[in-house]
Amino acid sequence: MTTQTPAPLVASGTSSSASGHGRGPRTWVATVLANVVTSVIGLMFLVPLLWVLFAAFNSDAGLKLELPSGSTFGLDNFRAVMTPETTYRPMWNGLVLCVGSAAIAIVVATLAAYPLSRFETRYKRPFLLTILFSTGLPITAIMVPVYGLFVQLNLIDTLGGTIAFMATTALPFSIFLTKNFMDGVPITLEEAAWTDGASSMQTLRYIVLPLMWPGLSVVLIFTFIGMWGNFFVPFVLLLSPDRLPASVSIFTFFGQYGSVQWGQLAAYSVLYTLPVVVLYVVLSRRLGGAFNFGGALKG
Amino acid sequence: MATVTRPGAPAGPDLRRRTHPVKVDIARALPLTPAIVLLLVFLAGPILWCVYAAFTNIALTGAGSGETKFVGLDNFRAAFSSDAFANSVVLTLVFTFLSAVVGQNLLGLALALLQKRSVKVVRTLVGITVIGAWVIPEVVAGYVWYAFLAQDGTFNEILGRFGLGQNWLYTLPIIAVSLANVWRGTAFSMLVYNAALSEIPAEIEEAAEMDGATGWRRLRYVTVPMIKRTVTTNLMLITLQTLSVFGLIYTMTKGGPGTKSQTLPLYMYEQAFSFSQIGYGTAIALVLLAVGAVFSILYMRLLRED
Repeated sequence: MTTQTPAPLVASGTSSSASGHGRGPRTWVATVLANVVTSVIGLMFLVPLLWVLFAAFNSDAGLKLELPSGSTFGLDNFRAVMTPETTYRPMWNGLVLCVGSAAIAIVVATLAAYPLSRFETRYKRPFLLTILFSTGLPITAIMVPVYGLFVQLNLIDTLGGTIAFMATTALPFSIFLTKNFMDGVPITLEEAAWTDGASSMQTLRYIVLPLMWPGLSVVLIFTFIGMWGNFFVPFVLLLSPDRLPASVSIFTFFGQYGSVQWGQLAAYSVLYTLPVVVLYVVLSRRLGGAFNFGGALKG
Repeated sequence: MATVTRPGAPAGPDLRRRTHPVKVDIARALPLTPAIVLLLVFLAGPILWCVYAAFTNIALTGAGSGETKFVGLDNFRAAFSSDAFANSVVLTLVFTFLSAVVGQNLLGLALALLQKRSVKVVRTLVGITVIGAWVIPEVVAGYVWYAFLAQDGTFNEILGRFGLGQNWLYTLPIIAVSLANVWRGTAFSMLVYNAALSEIPAEIEEAAEMDGATGWRRLRYVTVPMIKRTVTTNLMLITLQTLSVFGLIYTMTKGGPGTKSQTLPLYMYEQAFSFSQIGYGTAIALVLLAVGAVFSILYMRLLRED
């Protein structure tokens, strides 16, 4: 597996810039043109996004993009949705689901990554190939059989079952990422400890893990972000309104009352999106913006 | 990385393999147990159940709800002769082709190329915006695009001035959801191509420029051939992602109006959960899984050629 690793990827922001600076009018025109076209595309991406931001602060928001002004500008929408029913409980449920499954995924993935990274054995290659294969399977497709399985096992509408399933869906990718980070920790330190009689689990705990915290936190945050936005899995597996996470409740709450309060929907969207954006910023600072592709292309 | 070996073992895989008793292998595999258990129960289990249930008439209500019977290939026969199934296959192909193969892929490549030529401010701001669209949760993206394309939404506000306004979610729903998916997914391709382009040595491009190859020709004969592998890998990944898009379409159109934006995942959902035909639903799931598996194998092949 390790030989298939592509060369380390470079952050988007650091790629060499405007290569042909100041080499005649022709390159100059090309550079201006590139900047203009890039800006226009950027603007097209920005406009739909602006609606959420503007509407969230507009007590009289409709579907059109408009700047909230004067009397309509304010925090009314946020005040309206920040209730236990609408915001706090779904957010809490989402947190329980995501923290729970991300924690399970990371512990299980670390355990699994250790023998895969440290030892050369006959099961390694088939196991890694199976893992790689399952990262490609559309999870959407197995939601019907999973529903059937959960009915049989009496796990429908339980947070525990949903957490276990979500952790499993994150596993293949987490194992890959963790193994790759672990490969980066030199084995010489462990060999010294082994000679002194330490077991492999001890060296994992006291030598390998302390050296790969940055990598592990990346896997953790990455798993969390993926689950926070996941709609289909909790939508199928959870039924009671008081167990639904934000990703599902945002969908159901606003469909129920006939006319949709667009401003409130936007405010709630902002609240729900905020944690992911914060985590993403933290994460990209840490790894220079290209964190997910090292792993994505490998696995 | 390939130098990581069993402690104390001499280099050379063949020697290592022979000196290895099976017992040691099993002991070392122990930490894998939790992962294997979870993957067997919640991933392999459902897939096997899928293979079984697709050949039965299992249902939550009606004929199959009492006693589950094997019905052979009936579910598949029903699917392949059904107009609704054919419709959803066509829509899935249109959706994947428009939003992934053309939209995300080409726009991502274009953005990566353009950003290389842009000044830092433009590059960073555009990068943040595009990644912002990618980071926000699926359902929020669905609402954003519902609002943007609705009858009295922003898009029509702009187009209305040219007399082109219409309710896009009704008239061209599959185009509408494809646009939303391009918006949401392009960041991935952009970042992948950014990374690939930054690895092309500057001398090669400069040499091509010296030889008089400009713009389009340089792109076609120098840049694209050099990132060919990345293009294939990226296409594979975004195709797999797009095949399983559910939340975005469900939020925007619920597959409608009628079945005009009902891709395979939505059709499967409707059959299994709205109509309670679990057997038929799993047959469709199996088709989707098979398509995913084919892509997955192709992807593994590609990686191995490295």
